[in-house]
Amino acid sequence: MPVDLEGIAWTPGVAKPDPILVVDNMRRAFGGLVAVDVDHVEVQRGIITALIGPNGAGKTTFFNLLTRFDQPDSGHTVFNGGSIDRSSSHTLAQQGMVRTFQLTKALTKLSVLENMKLGAKQQRGENFFRSLVTPIWRAQEKAIEARADDLLERFKLDHMRDEYAGTLSGGQRKLLEMARSLMTEPDLVMLDEPMAGVNPALTQSLLGHVKSLRDEGISVMFVEHDMDVVRDISDWVIVMAEGRIIAEGPHESIGKNKAVIDAYLGAHHDEPLDVDDEGGDA
Amino acid sequence: MLAAIDWSFIFEQSLNEALDINAVVYALAAIGLNVHFGYAGLLNFGQVGFVAMGAYGMGLSITLWNLNPFLAVLVGMIFATIFALILGVPTLRLRADYLAIVTIAAAEIVRLMARSTALRNVTRGAEGLNEFIGPFRALSPFDPSQSYGFGPWQWRGAQFFAIVVGWVVVALMLLLVWQLMRSPWGRVVKAIREDEDAARALGKNAYWYKLQALILGGIIGGFAGMVQALGNATVQPDFFVAPLTFFFWLVLILGGVGRVWSPVVGAMIYWTLITFIQNLGRQLVTNDLIPTSIMDTSQVDQIKFWIVGLSLALLMVFRPQGIFGSREEMALDAR
Repeated sequence: MPVDLEGIAWTPGVAKPDPILVVDNMRRAFGGLVAVDVDHVEVQRGIITALIGPNGAGKTTFFNLLTRFDQPDSGHTVFNGGSIDRSSSHTLAQQGMVRTFQLTKALTKLSVLENMKLGAKQQRGENFFRSLVTPIWRAQEKAIEARADDLLERFKLDHMRDEYAGTLSGGQRKLLEMARSLMTEPDLVMLDEPMAGVNPALTQSLLGHVKSLRDEGISVMFVEHDMDVVRDISDWVIVMAEGRIIAEGPHESIGKNKAVIDAYLGAHHDEPLDVDDEGGDA
Repeated sequence: MLAAIDWSFIFEQSLNEALDINAVVYALAAIGLNVHFGYAGLLNFGQVGFVAMGAYGMGLSITLWNLNPFLAVLVGMIFATIFALILGVPTLRLRADYLAIVTIAAAEIVRLMARSTALRNVTRGAEGLNEFIGPFRALSPFDPSQSYGFGPWQWRGAQFFAIVVGWVVVALMLLLVWQLMRSPWGRVVKAIREDEDAARALGKNAYWYKLQALILGGIIGGFAGMVQALGNATVQPDFFVAPLTFFFWLVLILGGVGRVWSPVVGAMIYWTLITFIQNLGRQLVTNDLIPTSIMDTSQVDQIKFWIVGLSLALLMVFRPQGIFGSREEMALDAR
């Protein structure tokens, strides 16, 4: 573990030595239902943080608020030292926070390579007028293509390079989405249920890829239902229930936490903590 | 007796229409639609509104402001751009269907405004604009009293000028679309067509790209209107009726959505086919091969659309991707 998490108290909203993301008083209500009501939470840089919680806890909503795919009613968020309260989803990606989706979004009628190249930032040819003059963007395009090929090889998709992304299997699409998000050279990768609908063999390979992100110094935050996955890769776990952060700590501490046990057992009588593996939640 | 039918006349007419002014207008309008729908995934059911804006922009520049012809073309483009902004700014943040609803209504508003009595001093109401062609004709290098072309493709000088200008514009627009769609700009636009959220998550301003695509396709539609004005020497509001948009769609689907060449080939086939059916039908009726108790000449015009509709239905069954489209790509939608 590159970052020493010893000595950080296991209490909700605890301060971290080097937070990449700081959230204050974030609130989002749908009519009368308060989906997210987070007073304070910090996400440590350089580690893998898991966001867990029972169904309907507001994890996905919280995730969408952080990535600006949904706008909070109130609250402040600081990312990489700067406020992102006024950012929109696409500017956030340019600032270094990239997300994936629970239902994988492969761009089916583009080739796998085109999918990858789309992720590159600052391609000059994405401007309408500059796109008309090929020499302006050709060299840059070559460089982007080389980077895409490296990533495709690392994610073992190089043999599918020129196929339509729509021909990929579900698991391959997850790999493509993760590889594509790395094309943006992110500081923080937000993974929304990265293991949902993936067969066990591929899960291992995906887990390996997530760990290697951390080894490269990229911070990772992910929503997950599968407690085995959480135990395997997360350095720190944040637990949500009913829109609030109810617990924080390394995964060993979470299973013994009274608030967490209450939250889960309220929804699932007499069931162990690790069976909750539904596809969707609120 | 089939011998009474003048086949050479029918074929000559049909082949002539493949390159005539109508085919140019339809091709341009469909190229614009192809940018909208084929590449950016925008549902525009009011392309005829852009065509009208282009035509009126160019025509009014001459009749009202007495501008020179090149500035008039620029004004036509600006009119189409303004129309795109009015439609796009409020709707492109919303789901795709909202644009569809707004476009179909807006195109009718343009036509009804142009023919309204309130704007009579400006647009000349239902009469339309008829006194703008002089400055354009003055640019023509062709002698209006002479015939140009060869084979079935012969026109008088003035008409020939409009057709040549029209096809040059088509060629330029095809080149433009081809270059754009192989560039990174085109990649972003196609990505937004596939999944807007994915594009946004990767840092692309989907709204802004959709607006650009709407403006671009709208300006190309505007060119269709300008070529129409040039060819027919008139801009009449009732030319721009709502069904025209759906003929543009037909042309696009016939050729194959999202392929550079398809609008042009679609327009040529459409006009050849429809002229062929019309002429053949008329001759069958006038030669009493179809008794008037079944159909008279005025009904031939309606029958031709039946047959076009039927052909389109059959096309959708047997070749849903159109002429140039890829079946493989179509199949991806079903997954």
